[in-house]
Amino acid sequence: MMRYLAIRGLRAILTIAFVVTFAFFILRLSGDPALLILSPEAPPEAVEAFRKSWGLDRPLWEQYLRYFVAIFEGNLGRSMRDGRPALDLVMDRVPATLMLTLPAFALKLLIGVPAGIFAALRRNSFVDRLVIVCSVAGHSVPSFVLGLVLVLLFAVNLNWLPSGGADNWKHAILPVVTLGTAGAAIIARFTRSAMLEVLGQPYVRAALAKGVPWPSVVWRHALPNAAIPTVTIIGFMVGTLIAGAVVVESVFSWPGVGRMLVVGVANRDLAVVQCVLLLVAMCMVASNFTVDLLYGWIDPRLRAWATGASGH
Amino acid sequence: MVALPDVEPATDRRLVDIRGLTVDFDMGARVSRVLHGIDLSIDKGEVVGLVGESGCGKSVTWLAVLGLLGPRAHVGGIATLGGEPLLGIGDERLSRVRGGRIAMIFQDPTACLNPVKRIGAQVCEALHLHRGIVGERARAEARRLLDRVGIAAAAQRMNEYPHQMSGGMNQRVMIATALAGEPDLLVADEPTTALDATIQAQILDLLREVRRDTGMAMVLISHDLGVVAENCDRVAVMYCGRVVEQAPAERLFEKPSHPYTRGLLAALPDLAGPTRRLESIPGNVPEPWNLPTGCAFAPRCGACRDFCTGTVPPYRAVAAGHLVACARAGFLHHAPSAQSSAVAR
Repeated sequence: MMRYLAIRGLRAILTIAFVVTFAFFILRLSGDPALLILSPEAPPEAVEAFRKSWGLDRPLWEQYLRYFVAIFEGNLGRSMRDGRPALDLVMDRVPATLMLTLPAFALKLLIGVPAGIFAALRRNSFVDRLVIVCSVAGHSVPSFVLGLVLVLLFAVNLNWLPSGGADNWKHAILPVVTLGTAGAAIIARFTRSAMLEVLGQPYVRAALAKGVPWPSVVWRHALPNAAIPTVTIIGFMVGTLIAGAVVVESVFSWPGVGRMLVVGVANRDLAVVQCVLLLVAMCMVASNFTVDLLYGWIDPRLRAWATGASGH
Repeated sequence: MVALPDVEPATDRRLVDIRGLTVDFDMGARVSRVLHGIDLSIDKGEVVGLVGESGCGKSVTWLAVLGLLGPRAHVGGIATLGGEPLLGIGDERLSRVRGGRIAMIFQDPTACLNPVKRIGAQVCEALHLHRGIVGERARAEARRLLDRVGIAAAAQRMNEYPHQMSGGMNQRVMIATALAGEPDLLVADEPTTALDATIQAQILDLLREVRRDTGMAMVLISHDLGVVAENCDRVAVMYCGRVVEQAPAERLFEKPSHPYTRGLLAALPDLAGPTRRLESIPGNVPEPWNLPTGCAFAPRCGACRDFCTGTVPPYRAVAAGHLVACARAGFLHHAPSAQSSAVAR
């Protein structure tokens, strides 16, 4: 178990380091923040002074090393726009994003999982076909298109809901629905195919043959087995809770982390973008790790640490 | 020849009676008939062997009786258990029969146990369903059953998962689960096909012991004539969704009447007698949707005559308890094959 955790932890750190490195170089190679933040007409001395104060006049490798050392000291830099610490800026935005992504996540689970199970149990029925059609549609329509259609329908034509902004809970409805639809479609598809595969397994027939009533076969024998692939996709979605709403936040001008990322990239606000990406990478790594632990909890065959440690 | 009844009369020894059982599979574009009217009966405490090539309907017969074929299968005919009907009785009553009166074990035991549940829990589930025992008492009884089927250190094994056990061990667990419901009939569907030869013998021994102790009847589905000869009182031979011959085991191996049965016996090696060339039955088993008219075996049959391809031969008795569906049965005289007596010992 300890060995397993150590290997996993090391791998997680490497993944995060890779993401941070990648972001660092891409951002610095894609344009000069000094020219963007000051105007292009700014006097050369001002540009030079700006570069000097942010350390941009140093060689790239030196900037990189300083940046890395600073991360380990817990210092994620300051925004070049208003000078506040990048981490504070990002953390200020996290609650707004969670206000969209958490309800959307609940929506995905509440619609996706039952729809997938129900479709599998009623295979080839009308309901099953409906679920398949909806999930292909929900899956293939990009979220900015769906978001705009919803705005057109409910905000512009019907005038029931606001088209953007974040004043009260009504503003959250359309973005939450937009976010939830695509996720629910994906979860429904995964759950349905996982369930269908499990229902075809010999142990399902054997459970029936030993006298287990059909509802118990579904709940107690089939579902725990079908949970394995479904947990994978749900775990991935947990990883996107912090910054999975980039497009939707932009469409609905929602002041969350995603929008901050888009604005930050456009402005070359290096510290802010790097801080968001670091946070995203950490979330993804953490959710992957949780999924692995869940696997072992659900499926005894996958208890990797158990077999690794006891030397089977 | 004396007139003998073509259908065995029902007696109070009768446990299961299957009459005219048909199964059609709805394949979407076409409906394919896989059972063409099976007549089969099992007496209390009797061991009946069901033999035939794969796809002939041996397993389907029992899956149909227990309602385990799923919504695409249409089951017709009559099946009774102790005089009570079994077909179309609804899920609730059926799930009391399954495991409680007729238990079934299958070919691949490891795939038949739920991979995410502990062995003990899977045995206890059957105890709860059919005998209403729960908690510590159920665990104690499960331990006793696992011990009974020869699992060493049963108390520890109960906490293990199927993937931690061998195939033979898992088949023992399946047998223990089947015994948990104290059934009147155990249907063993190729119980040893997926196991090593040495384990095979152990499992068959175990089934014999268990049967002797409990007195339950057993249907042994197998394509292995040797296994059937050693274990069964009576044997039914199936071909293309029909029972083509049934007789007491010794009689069947000594005086096989249907050309198909003779073909099966001739394909077995003879360990005791002189070395001879093994014969194989020419041709292939036809697909269920492409059956010839008349006797389904006619195209592969050496004794085939014109009238064989006209109508399906009726079931006739050639001796007491020996029924054959062959138009030429009784006219085909040939010496009992040497190898058959070796098989029957």
